[in-house]
Amino acid sequence: MKTPIIHVENLSKRFVIDHEGEAKYSTFRDSIVGRAKKLFSFPSGKRATGPSASKEEFWALKDIAFDVQQGDRVGIVGRNGAGKSTLLKILSRITEPTSGEIRLRGKVASLLEVGTGFHPELTGRENIYLNGAILGMNRIEIKKKFDEIVEFSGVERFLDTPVKRYSSGMHVRLAFAVAAHLEPEILIVDEVLAVGDMEFQKKCLGKMEDISSKDGRTVLFVSHNLQAISTLTNKIILLNSGRKAFDGSTADGIQKYLEHVSSRDLIFTQQASDTRPRVTRVEVKTTDINNVQVFGEPFRIDFEVNAPEGIPSAVFSFQILNGAQIKVQHVLVKDSETPLCRTPGTHRFSCYFPRLRLFPDKYTLMIHLSDHISRNKFETIEGVCPFEVQIRGEVREYYWKTNEAVYVDETEWIINN
Amino acid sequence: MSQYPEAQELLIAPGRAEKNYWKDLLRYRELFYILSWRDIKVRYKQTVVGAAWSVIRPVLTTLILTVVFVLAGAQYKGRAPYALMVFAGMLPWQFFSNALSDGGNALVGNANLISKVYFPRIIIPASSVITSLIDFAISFVLLAVMMIIFRFVPDIKIFLLPIFILLVILLALGTSLYIASLNVKFRDFKFIVPFIVQFGLYLSPVGISSSRIPEKWRLLYSLNPMVGIIDGFRWCLLGDAMYWPGFMASLAGVAFFLWLGIWYFRKTEKSFADNI
Repeated sequence: MKTPIIHVENLSKRFVIDHEGEAKYSTFRDSIVGRAKKLFSFPSGKRATGPSASKEEFWALKDIAFDVQQGDRVGIVGRNGAGKSTLLKILSRITEPTSGEIRLRGKVASLLEVGTGFHPELTGRENIYLNGAILGMNRIEIKKKFDEIVEFSGVERFLDTPVKRYSSGMHVRLAFAVAAHLEPEILIVDEVLAVGDMEFQKKCLGKMEDISSKDGRTVLFVSHNLQAISTLTNKIILLNSGRKAFDGSTADGIQKYLEHVSSRDLIFTQQASDTRPRVTRVEVKTTDINNVQVFGEPFRIDFEVNAPEGIPSAVFSFQILNGAQIKVQHVLVKDSETPLCRTPGTHRFSCYFPRLRLFPDKYTLMIHLSDHISRNKFETIEGVCPFEVQIRGEVREYYWKTNEAVYVDETEWIINN
Repeated sequence: MSQYPEAQELLIAPGRAEKNYWKDLLRYRELFYILSWRDIKVRYKQTVVGAAWSVIRPVLTTLILTVVFVLAGAQYKGRAPYALMVFAGMLPWQFFSNALSDGGNALVGNANLISKVYFPRIIIPASSVITSLIDFAISFVLLAVMMIIFRFVPDIKIFLLPIFILLVILLALGTSLYIASLNVKFRDFKFIVPFIVQFGLYLSPVGISSSRIPEKWRLLYSLNPMVGIIDGFRWCLLGDAMYWPGFMASLAGVAFFLWLGIWYFRKTEKSFADNI
């Protein structure tokens, strides 16, 4: 048995959630008042207002254990809030675990965000040095790779322009270029490929494949993009509510993940990012509870998109996938037809089907958000908002069976004899 | 047997960050340089007069304080002109207040770095304090200019000035570390710091000479570490009399704040990423 390059044992991380008040930041006053209360209140046995009543423990990770061998490319998947980001943060030493331990046998570089520490006032050239240093490269290393980085990013012409004048695409390209030229033994990457245009995404995936397969380096990769996971990784760790639900080959892992995602989570939500547009909420409004929809009845999908800076020419679309993962519908809306999210902030819109005519089956949604002019693809969300279509009240001599069709149009029989 | 003999093993476990801390600090010194360089570089971007601000501010404050205190009948028995006395006090004070304002907000201002990358966090407020040294250096040039204008020649004691410069740096570092880590959890300090800076100008002997303080209060007054430092600056630069018991009290104050800052910073550092 080889010594694993990453060895994780009984790893747990606890957060204490404060239910008191709505304030996001604890204020000095709270702390002073809290202390004063303690001073003046009698230590009686039962107190509803005690700290234990207002605080709740939450285990973001619980007893996680796994090994990663050198050269493995591991995908970490799981629903939102499963603990993926916490795991990456512990692995990259940003936060400490509550218990357990990790042994890392190699230099780690983590890429939890593209362009961490980019300063808008500095030029592209200066930011390459700054970002490189933040990611752990020294000046000599950066100097050696400088030309390569610039070439990869394709922003030669704007090297001496402050990055605040860059388009978001250029920004991402430059940032990824720096990160791609790190030479760690272990590379930790969090969903950075969800940005940038299609062509650049391909380039990034290619680069990551090179890093792992040719150079034999170990990559840990978190993503919701199953396409990327399946091409990039050979192993998957599936997390579910802070626990490890699966650890094995990518092919099996993807199956497990799909089962897993479509089994729960009727409403999809995720936190807004302060740097890039995100789909923050998707809900299907079905005729019945638990996302059960009656065939031929009205059906609506509500979307919520958060765009910190607005999107000038948003293109929003969704596909409906049936149980066999076949895309049976593609509905698209463009900003040029209907203004969507031109202003900064949260935008809500809905897609209404007067009579949903999908064949009885289980369905999920795949959602895409991009910008037409810059060709930036902001987000692709797969396998969310599972719903089921059933046919009721229509008496037939045989049962409706899945796989007989995917769609039943509105038809009329005309008998002409 | 490990198959990577050259690669050292890194253990991540609760409380483990302590052991690698000072070693990491050395490893990340490059980041320290580059963050300081970044802060200097962007400090006066998109301002019209640029670095001239670091000249204008102390000059104007000195002017105002001199006029106000001279009009109010303040006396000064040293051999330098009143304005020069005020400016000699203004030097360390301006540095301290700039360093505290920048350093105190440094962690919150770099929240994105803290929540996304690992490095010894002490680098951020420390580089902020170092950045303030630039303005401090510019003020010294200004001091030289003023001395030429007033035809004032300092004596040999000027060579002892580096001691007091070091003291004010240590004091600024200690208080910045303390305020910066409190600020992560309690954003109130964003509002408290400007107060400290504003009141501190009057609580410290910037506009007046501390020899004006009644003898029996002087030791107590010197518990404010800036008192000893400002007195020290005037002692080295202008040849003012030095009140040594007060200086010892101030020295103790500097040591206390430095200890408090480092201790509290190290204690809370682990949870910065969770709280910021």
